[in-house]
Order: sequence, then structure tokens, then C-alpha cells
Amino acid sequence: MSLQFSAESTSKLAALRQRYPTAQPVVLAALHLAQKEHGDLRDEVLRLVAATLELPYAHVFGVATFYTMFRLKPGGVNTLRVCTNISCMLRGGYAVLRAFERELGLKPGQSNADFTLVEEECIAVCANAPAVVCGTEYFLDVTPERVPNIVASLKAKPHPEGEVV
Amino acid sequence: MPADGHAQAKLVTRNFGNEKAKEIISYESTGGYRAARAALARAPEDIVAEVKTSNLRGRGGAGFPTGIKWGFIPKDAQNVHLVCNADESEPGTCKDRELMYWDPHLLIEGMIIAAHALKAVHNYIYIRGEMMREYLVLERAVREAYQKGYLGARAMGTAIRCEITVHRGAGAYICGEETALLNSLEGKRGWPRLKPPFPAVKGLFGEPTIVNNVETLMNVPFITEKGGKWFADLGVGRSGGTRIVCVSGHVNRPGVYELPMTVTFNQLIDDVCGGMWKERRVKGVIPGGSSMPPLDASELDVPVEFDALMTDERIKPVETAPGVKFDMGGGKQLRTMAGSGGIVVFDDQTDVVELCWRIMKFYAHESCGQCTPCREGTGWLEKINRRVAQGHGVPGDLELMSSIAVGIAGNTICPLGEAAAWPMLGFLTKFRPDFEAKLMRAQYGQVHADAATAIAAAAEKAERTTEGHA
Repeated sequence: MSLQFSAESTSKLAALRQRYPTAQPVVLAALHLAQKEHGDLRDEVLRLVAATLELPYAHVFGVATFYTMFRLKPGGVNTLRVCTNISCMLRGGYAVLRAFERELGLKPGQSNADFTLVEEECIAVCANAPAVVCGTEYFLDVTPERVPNIVASLKAKPHPEGEVV
Repeated sequence: MPADGHAQAKLVTRNFGNEKAKEIISYESTGGYRAARAALARAPEDIVAEVKTSNLRGRGGAGFPTGIKWGFIPKDAQNVHLVCNADESEPGTCKDRELMYWDPHLLIEGMIIAAHALKAVHNYIYIRGEMMREYLVLERAVREAYQKGYLGARAMGTAIRCEITVHRGAGAYICGEETALLNSLEGKRGWPRLKPPFPAVKGLFGEPTIVNNVETLMNVPFITEKGGKWFADLGVGRSGGTRIVCVSGHVNRPGVYELPMTVTFNQLIDDVCGGMWKERRVKGVIPGGSSMPPLDASELDVPVEFDALMTDERIKPVETAPGVKFDMGGGKQLRTMAGSGGIVVFDDQTDVVELCWRIMKFYAHESCGQCTPCREGTGWLEKINRRVAQGHGVPGDLELMSSIAVGIAGNTICPLGEAAAWPMLGFLTKFRPDFEAKLMRAQYGQVHADAATAIAAAAEKAERTTEGHA
């Protein structure tokens, strides 16, 4: 079977292609779109991106494995990025991460159907630390006590990263 | 938004808290795009000269004079590009994300003017992949600017062509380094390039390119509208304009503040940020993002200005061993730098060894892997620092960390090497008793370690008293 991009994504990629002198710069956007449509960047998805942009598969694989937002294996609907870098750590970021681990039964890097839990590096929300980001939704000044509510709210109204491509 | 004790003219943060300002109608109703319209009628060289006069310095971290950087584009250059670095990810820094969210049109206006000055046509905003909310805001603003004819083949009704494309990253701190960013923009792995050639000569797609930070570009409309001298006069010495600081950590009111360059760290903590939390005392401050050497409590009467942080003699130079100054090359000493404006304040109950470990963990994670000193060295620093922090250090660990840091600094393609080495050496210089106490505990157990800590504290107090009398 051969995978395809949707008509919408195909026209998006064609429009983006006009913004650059060659097709190669479109690869990050194409990978974002492919991950949105196919859930992850398993081998056949990488081959779809390579074929669409007429790039070597090895190049696409190299790019997909360099950037942390791309995943080669399935993940949850929401990607919870919990910052533990210095500004967040100083105000209890690790306690917040532990609370998410307990609430979700996941370790950082693991997924269930609803969530992928990520221990994130600084997400530029330092003045409201500890901070968590899920798609377009920021959670500010988070305490471990708020974690069950955050999880419940995202289960009810998910914020998948694919919303934005 | 938090209150601001040091009231003064706000430039780039004036629209913080105003949800409407991100719409082009609202932006224009307060004079938006007037500066761009006026600037496009001027000669490009004239604008470069104005920016040189303004003493605007790069707000991304290096603090390099923007006008001089622009001047590096070769005279007969073809196909010049302007790239906005919106890949903010230096730990402790949270200004560009806010700036783009609240005032996207100010960035676009700054880019229109800068692109004209550089005769750049195809321009890009490289925004960090994780900033999805800000990407939507920026995308919408760019679309509005195209609809109005401010961008495109005839920008603002002139014969000048100006294109802006928003390009999303996908998670890699290293892409904030300008040549890694250019590789990423070209659709490659974000590996920094060897310099020279510098981007101004051979940058994006092999063509002359200027990479400027978000805040830097947002200052440009004020400079062309009110004059370079006006902007220079807002600042001090060779640093024009205001300074945005992102204050985080153990203060009562963390926040993003636009302040005069003359504000000191102590004023910032006490007057602007409402003092230390829980009525504790400050132990130290990271002055410009996690890659900058920290200051201890005795060094906080220095202003947040670029040159002061590099040269003020009240800041002790970073050492490789007690009494041995770190040589940046040519005998140049390292105090610290203003960096990205990310100011992280920590109180007297902070485990600074653990804090330093978290910084090392970050750089070990983000090293791109091209250069051996950085790829291997950052990993070693993280591991050794971790064992010292956890109380499993062995004698010689501090010297080992120092020698690894010295081995990294200056020996890598890009500054990520220094970004790890400098804070390592800086923490060892300014907070050595904390590291020694950890080693002491590992060797002799808690009772002796407590005694050692008490002695160190007494010594520190004695030193402060002596300095007070000096």
C-alpha cells in the first residue's frame, strides 16, 4: 500500500514550495504535516515525504531523527511538554513532572492513547514557572495539585500538536 | 502583566497585555507602519547609518552592534536575505515569545525596514517549533500584511519587493545558533557551520544573509522614526535603547520587563520584582541565560548593561582553579555577559551544585554532536557534576570538571561549547565552597560536611565584611 498526503496538505506543500528556491527547505513543514496526518514518522511515512519532495530517503531520515518534535513511533493524542529547566526547576518543576508521571502512569518519553509525556527543555515561559505546554495551550505557574485537573481538561478537550502546521 | 517599578518610555513592550494590538487595524490606528512607509522612501545606506548611530546591539545573546553587522554585506551583493531568529530557547529567556505574541506587526514592520536597508528580498522568520500559539499569531499577521500590500512585489506601494515567510523549526536548541539555523532553514540537520565564511558573505542558500533576533528587529522602527541619536541617548555608552530582561526564579514578581540599561541587579530584584520570595536572601544570579557565568550576592550592584557585565571590576573574573584566571584568548578575562536577558535569581537555600548540574544536563542534551570536545565534554560534565551533586563525588572531581571545561572552550565550531564551559567554570569560581561541601559529605559523611559548610559560610561572611571595609 502506498501512503498519500491529503489534498489539503498537498496544496499547502505546493504553496510552501514557492517560498524557497528548491524543495529541500520544505522538508520540516512536510514532516510536520506527515506526522499530523499519519500519526508518526514510521518508515513508509518518511518514504512518502522523500518521494513527494524528490529528496533522498536518507536525507529525510537524517532530518527526522535530528529534531525532537518528530517521532518515529506512535504517541498519544496530546504531547505534554513539562519544563524542568532551571527557571522551572527552581520553582518546583520536578515535583510537577513527578505529579504528571503519577497521574498518567507514564515516564518521560512514554505514551498512552491520550498522552505522550515529555520532559522538555526551556519553553520560554520562565516568568511563569513551572510551565507546561500542550499544543497551543500553556499552563502557567503549575503546582502538583493542579495536575489532575490539567490532565482531565486535556482528555476532554485535546490539544494535539498537529493542530498547528 | 506585572507592575514595573522603574517607569519609563516603553518601546517594544508597549503593547503587552493589549490583545487587540496584534490585529493590523489596531496596530495602524496607533501609528503602525508609519515608520516603514517613511523608511522605504529613504536610501538603504541612510538607514544603515541611522542604525549604526543608534548603538543598537543584538539582543539574541552576543550583543554585537547591529549596524556594523549590516555593514558586513558586500557592496555589490546580489540576492541578500534577512532572517529573523525567533528560535528562542536559551534557558531563562522568555521575551521573544511574548514579543511575537503581543506585537507581531512590530516585528514585520522592523523586518520591512531592515530588509530595505539590506536590499534583501526573500526574508524568513525562523520560529521555534514548540511555539505553536505564537506561530499562529505571526502567520496571521504576515497574511494581513500581504493583504494590505505591505509585503509582496510592491511593498507599501513602492517599487521595492519584500517577501516574508514564516518557517517553523522542530525542536533543537542548537538552531538558535545562526549558522545551524540557516542549515535548518535549508531543510537540513541543524548543524552549525564553520566560520568564515560568515553569513553576511555566504549565508542562506549560499547567498549573503543577515540573521537578527526578534527584539533587535522590533527596535528598528523606533530608530528610523525617531532617529539614531534619540535611541542612543535612551541607553548608556555603546549600548543604545532599553533593555528587556526576563526575570525568573526566586523573586516575588517574576516577569518580562523593559528597563533602562542603568538598572542594577539589586534594584531589579528589590524594586522591580518585589524582592526575594519567602523573605530569603539572594545567593546568586545568572545574568543572561544559562550559558553565562553566574554572579554571587556581592556582585549585584552592577547594571544589566552589555559592557558593564563584561568589564566592571566589581565582578570577579572566572577562574580555572582558585587564583588562576580563565584566559579567553590573548589574555582576555571572562567576567560575564548580558547574553539574552534571561536573568535567573536563586535564593540562599538553593543547591547550586544541582542547579549547575541541570545546566550541564541541558547542554549535554542539546550538543549537536559534530565536534568531539563538545559532544564528549558536555556528557562528561553532566555525569561528573551529577555525581558530585548526589553526594558521590570523589577527590579531584572539581579539577576534572574544570579541565574538561577548559578543553571545550574555544575548540568547537560554534559557541555551544562555551555555553557549557563558561557556566561550569563560573559556578566553580563563585560557589566553590558549595561544591567542596558536597565532596566533603561524600568523603566524611554529613557531620563533617555540616562543619565544612559552616566554615565556608563564616569565611564568606568574613570576606564580605573585609570587602565592606575596603
